[in-house]
Amino acid sequence: MEFTDDQLLRYSRHIILPEVGGKGQSKIANAKVFIVGAGGLGCPVGYYLAAAGVGTIALIDNDTVELSNLQRQIAHSVNTIGMPKVESAKKTFEALNPDVNIVAIQKRMSKDDIIDLIKDYDIVVDGSDNFPTRYLVNDACFMAGKPLVSGAILRFEGQVTTIVPGDGPCYRCLFEEPPPPGLVPSCQEAGVLGVLPGVIGGLQATEVLKLILGKGDVLKGELLIYNALKTTFRKVKVPKNPSCPLCGGNPTITELIDYNEGYCTLQ
Amino acid sequence: MAETIPDKKINIKGLVCPYTFVKAKLAIESMDVGQVLEILLDYEEASRSIPKSMEDHGQQVLKVEKINDTDWVLQIRKDKD
Repeated sequence: MEFTDDQLLRYSRHIILPEVGGKGQSKIANAKVFIVGAGGLGCPVGYYLAAAGVGTIALIDNDTVELSNLQRQIAHSVNTIGMPKVESAKKTFEALNPDVNIVAIQKRMSKDDIIDLIKDYDIVVDGSDNFPTRYLVNDACFMAGKPLVSGAILRFEGQVTTIVPGDGPCYRCLFEEPPPPGLVPSCQEAGVLGVLPGVIGGLQATEVLKLILGKGDVLKGELLIYNALKTTFRKVKVPKNPSCPLCGGNPTITELIDYNEGYCTLQ
Repeated sequence: MAETIPDKKINIKGLVCPYTFVKAKLAIESMDVGQVLEILLDYEEASRSIPKSMEDHGQQVLKVEKINDTDWVLQIRKDKD
């Protein structure tokens, strides 16, 4: 790829890195990343990936921007309240880096369309805030063979893991089934420190770039847990479950599931 | 010792950091291991920083020469892909 003078300047701190260089920056420019959720996690992930020059970034979210989002969802502003979150974030990311093609999709995914939505993308990032979506995304990525960088946050604690299909555990090896509705509180009920998604989203964006570059080690078979109150990072090994209902030897889940019933659909 | 004939030459006169190293690095990236890059520049700081950075990246600095009042010529051999 030939860089313009502006691109040489914009990406100079990348190009200078031995692990990136011009070749790595070209890989970043050719990459296509699909981000689920344009909220607490999707905003920083999309923001940093746009800054890094990821060629195509899709954002999917059904919600509109509310004032209560602005404590943590940094791509939105008072000027975009009431606007679809994906449109608000697209404006912000395009202002940061016009090189990047932002595909804004305002909808809630279901088992009927997720495979088609993600099929043209190299990597999927889960920044969703509910279990039905989380399991749908995990199962679809496994079935479609897409690497998945999963992140979750609540109160002062966040977690990140990277799932590489056919190479290590999937999300169901870790948590086989979604918890019953109402058992795990949502951010809306329990609160979340506004900075926390910035830390977790930053880690997810880093995982994405390493997958694109093929450099370093990703959190494959490991769950990284960050406690913001104690300032601790803990890595927990996650073994592949040989009897995982999805990726085990004798799978019982062979098609996608919409777990909508009983779950609060507010985002 | 005989003069080394460079496989590629770039002229980055008029450029300052970070363009200087970025241009030099992209030129080296496009070459094969064992080939020699010759760089003509007039930004004094880069006459020191490019050789140092190239060595940090595993390349071999063959020559750093001030050829007149304003210009330097560097020769770098690509040792590492």
